[in-house]
Amino acid sequence: MRTVLLIARRELAAYLRTMSGYVIIAGVLFMEGLAFNAFALYGAGKKSSDILADFFYWSSGLTMFCAILLSMRLLAEERQTRTIELLYSSPIRDEEIVLGKFLSALGFLAFFLVSTSYMPALVMAYGKVSLGHVASGYLGLFLVGSATLAIGTFGSSLTKSQVLAAIVSGVIAVSLTICWLLSRVTERPFSEIFMEASFYGHFKPFEQGLVHLKHVVYFVAVTYVGLFSATRVLEARRWR
Amino acid sequence: MIQVEGLTKYYGERAAIRDLAFTIERGEVIGFLGLNGAGKTTALKILGCVLLPTAGKALVDGFDVVRDPHEIRKRIGFLPDLPPLYDEMTVGGYLSFVAQLRGVPTSEARARVVEVQRQTALEEVDRELIGRLSHGFRQRVGVAQAMVHKPKLLILDEPTAGLDPKQIVEMRAVIRGLRQSHTVLVSSHILSELSQICDRLLIIQDGEIVAQGTEEELARRFGGRGAVEVEVRAAGVAAAAALKKVAGVAGAEVVRESAGVAVLRAEAPPDARPAIVRALVAAEMDVLRVDRAVEKLESIFLKLTEGKEAA
Repeated sequence: MRTVLLIARRELAAYLRTMSGYVIIAGVLFMEGLAFNAFALYGAGKKSSDILADFFYWSSGLTMFCAILLSMRLLAEERQTRTIELLYSSPIRDEEIVLGKFLSALGFLAFFLVSTSYMPALVMAYGKVSLGHVASGYLGLFLVGSATLAIGTFGSSLTKSQVLAAIVSGVIAVSLTICWLLSRVTERPFSEIFMEASFYGHFKPFEQGLVHLKHVVYFVAVTYVGLFSATRVLEARRWR
Repeated sequence: MIQVEGLTKYYGERAAIRDLAFTIERGEVIGFLGLNGAGKTTALKILGCVLLPTAGKALVDGFDVVRDPHEIRKRIGFLPDLPPLYDEMTVGGYLSFVAQLRGVPTSEARARVVEVQRQTALEEVDRELIGRLSHGFRQRVGVAQAMVHKPKLLILDEPTAGLDPKQIVEMRAVIRGLRQSHTVLVSSHILSELSQICDRLLIIQDGEIVAQGTEEELARRFGGRGAVEVEVRAAGVAAAAALKKVAGVAGAEVVRESAGVAVLRAEAPPDARPAIVRALVAAEMDVLRVDRAVEKLESIFLKLTEGKEAA
């Protein structure tokens, strides 16, 4: 665990010392602000809880976008600059490398989520919503972010190019989102399969202020599969 | 310290190394010599547990690179051909990170960093960002990271690449300083660098070891029958004629001649030297010097690699 934290701390410092982390967060925050004004606040006579639900709806997509951008460099950059050879030749396990990298990105993503909180705070100040609704929405965003970061870590393990990593992870994440739309135009049992596989199908209850264990488990499972796959890819690289 | 048998690595269809076999004893400084693309880096990466071999066996300190890489990693320091540096970190911060990564307790890491910076003359750049360092400093930080945790075995892939002559001399001093406490495997494609710091050389060509031994052993083995160099105060032609009469001398030729002093080279084993001296003295020539002519490593290396290409 000491090694995992060591890697996570170095990685987090790298986000803070280079401009990339700030630029990504600033860009996505700007888009969140626009979406909040253009969509969540749009419409006369809307209930505060609907505004909040709309905010979480848009935020989920932008959080995924942010997660893809934050994770694309994690392993791809190490391979491109060949610093991965330092990690490979040190007494650390592949899962420690992957977990350390993932945790740093998760920490940075949490920082991003905290900085979006002024928007629900405004809704709370000028309307009437429960703290539980806000907490449930943020738990959902954190879980969506975590699952997307894990997919992003996997994408980043596949290639040296950060752009390619972002494209691969983006395609996986968007496909998992589109599953929800497919579930609406297909018949059972496919509609149910698509629904159960989809990010949004599992996120929607959080948006409404509901926390179900099964949805939490879904996102944790996707996170696990993403990180496990990334570890396997790292292992396989040594045979090439 | 290292035992390698039948080590082979394929990249797709192409074999980077084939059936490599060698042994390295504890405390030796070994030079790994080969032209670019000969397979040095691949072999070193396998020993550094960065790559896995396609076939064969490699043991480091008794542990197998395929089965127990984790144990090996605890015992080695590895400098790849491109130093693995994080540009956004300071030199001190980076070395401390690497030390902890390799198991040095947090409380001791700083002391280790200070020590290794002294050994590699990096004290003045402790707080500098690595991205702003010159090539020479980057290379030294690379060596420092490999030794910060006091490993038993140091694997240095081209540590002098791209350095200027002054930096090369400094780097040589650093590597020489390591020999008391480490086993060192250092690669290069430049012969003069290795012959000055290594106990023994392994010459690799097209993924195979074509020769190994000390510089002298190689000279003896690949330098033909051997030769003796003689300096006499006499006419070169007369001296050559006298030399040819000595038993065991297959031939003699004048290398240079000036101001009544001639330097000759006689094709003869080193133990023919007393007979040569006696013959020259008997011919009333002043003998100024009789030496074993050591075939230079450079020419042996070229002979070996050319022979390989011709075959």
